[in-house]
Amino acid sequence: MSTFALDKVSRWFGNVVAVNDVTMTIGPGVTGLLGPNGAGKSTLITMMSGFLSPSSGTVTLDGEQVWRNEAIYRRIGLVPEREAMYDLSTGWQFVLANARLHRLADPVSAARRALEVVDMTDAQDRAISTYSKGMAQRIKIATALVHDPPVLLLDEPFNGMDPRQRLQLMELLRSMGEEGRTVLFSSHILEEVEQVAGSIQVMVAGRHAASGDFRDIRRLMTERPHQYTIRSDDDRALASAIIADASASGVQLVGGGLAAAAGATDLGEGNGTALHVQATEFASFIHVLPQLANRHGIRLYEVSPADESLESVFSYLVGP
Amino acid sequence: MNATVASLTARSLLGRRRALLLALLPAILLLLCGAARLVVGVEPDLSVGLLGGFALGTLVPLLALIAGTGAIGPEIDDGSIVYLLSKPLSRFRIVVSKLVVAIAVVMVAAAVPTLLAGRLLSGSFGGVAVGYAVGAAVAGMGYCALFLLLGVLTRNAVVVGLVYALIWESLIGGFVPGAQVASIQQWALAITERVIGLSAADLGVSSAVSFGAAVPLLVAVVIGCTWYAGLRLQSLRLTGEE
Repeated sequence: MSTFALDKVSRWFGNVVAVNDVTMTIGPGVTGLLGPNGAGKSTLITMMSGFLSPSSGTVTLDGEQVWRNEAIYRRIGLVPEREAMYDLSTGWQFVLANARLHRLADPVSAARRALEVVDMTDAQDRAISTYSKGMAQRIKIATALVHDPPVLLLDEPFNGMDPRQRLQLMELLRSMGEEGRTVLFSSHILEEVEQVAGSIQVMVAGRHAASGDFRDIRRLMTERPHQYTIRSDDDRALASAIIADASASGVQLVGGGLAAAAGATDLGEGNGTALHVQATEFASFIHVLPQLANRHGIRLYEVSPADESLESVFSYLVGP
Repeated sequence: MNATVASLTARSLLGRRRALLLALLPAILLLLCGAARLVVGVEPDLSVGLLGGFALGTLVPLLALIAGTGAIGPEIDDGSIVYLLSKPLSRFRIVVSKLVVAIAVVMVAAAVPTLLAGRLLSGSFGGVAVGYAVGAAVAGMGYCALFLLLGVLTRNAVVVGLVYALIWESLIGGFVPGAQVASIQQWALAITERVIGLSAADLGVSSAVSFGAAVPLLVAVVIGCTWYAGLRLQSLRLTGEE
């Protein structure tokens, strides 16, 4: 059983802050490191795997400093995001070489076992350069597992995998977690994370935005106020109808330039205005809106959620 | 020394088309010398010119540049070095293993052909062939250590190495005698001079550096560069693609 501890870890590159004052503990089981691209997930994993020093703060594994500590790799298996391997070798040769680099007592059976775990024994004698992306990913995982480490770090492991390979890898990670290993993987896709990870750490713009059980984070995401952009043939009338109803807390009329400012309400579709609506509750607003429109004889042209992108969900979680 | 690191290095160094490139230069040297032998016969003066100018002056630094930077630079560039570094292995051991492979390549592709070329051109006259072969070997060690360090320090190792070998050693060294003091080629030439012995002066083999200075300088470069490369590898930043 191993535990990673990050204590007030920051990392900046010149003027750019990639990781900002992150404190977290990652223990046994599967943890998902979730965040949009550029949130600092890779930087965090690179620091946890000892290939980048924190600008401030400490990264330790079971109390031991990770940076400049070669002995730590006896306990860490790392699956890097980058693709390159020694691709003139065959899968077997490469996994065996990794076992030898660990100076295992029986590298041959360790390599065989690792290739069995990732289900690559059939293709093990082909050169790595001939592998598909999913196969290469599995060879990378085999090299990380070859010394049976208690800790597994995976940087965007699902990238480029087809759905079947994805399910296989999820199953593999889940079983690693159940065996009591500390498994951390990064992803920018919520669905991936919540299918495998018991606990989730959310990173946004270099900050540690939320952590905990995925159900808590899911609830935070669905119970937040929702925003919609709506276009209709009479935005002003619709605005007053919406605000009269309890399902929305704010309505803003945007666009339309002078025409809207002058109060010209009857310009219809071509007037270029739109409504930004802040709904208080997701389910009821979606139910109420068509009824409101119908009652007031307003034709709806467009109803689109304005903030469903992952980034906006994340930025909600980080708070103002 | 770690055999697995060495074999991975050798495989990527000699794989693909690089092995052909490594064989091309010594082939040119041997062809040139073979042709010279056919046209002018055994000619020690010519052999000193060819061995000093082409073998020691061009072949050795270029091959050491390919082998020294190629032993580590591409792996750092594409990130595959992470598979060596994420192991409980001393970084110095990794560097030494790679250096041994690079030096072995230069021995086979430069020192041995130099010996053969010398024999072709000068027979066994005055130990010219052996002298230049020894010079090529020790120069190869110095260059490999230096270029391997460059491979760790910069992504432009090949360019920096070329600037050193061509501009500093050949061009500036040719005009400014002082610059020759900091020249691996001149240190190796001092050793060649010593091996050839008394006839070196007659043949015009003379180094700007004394034998007594050349040996410690070469040893210092090999050890110093290797040590510093290991140190830098300890704190090599491997940033992701973010």
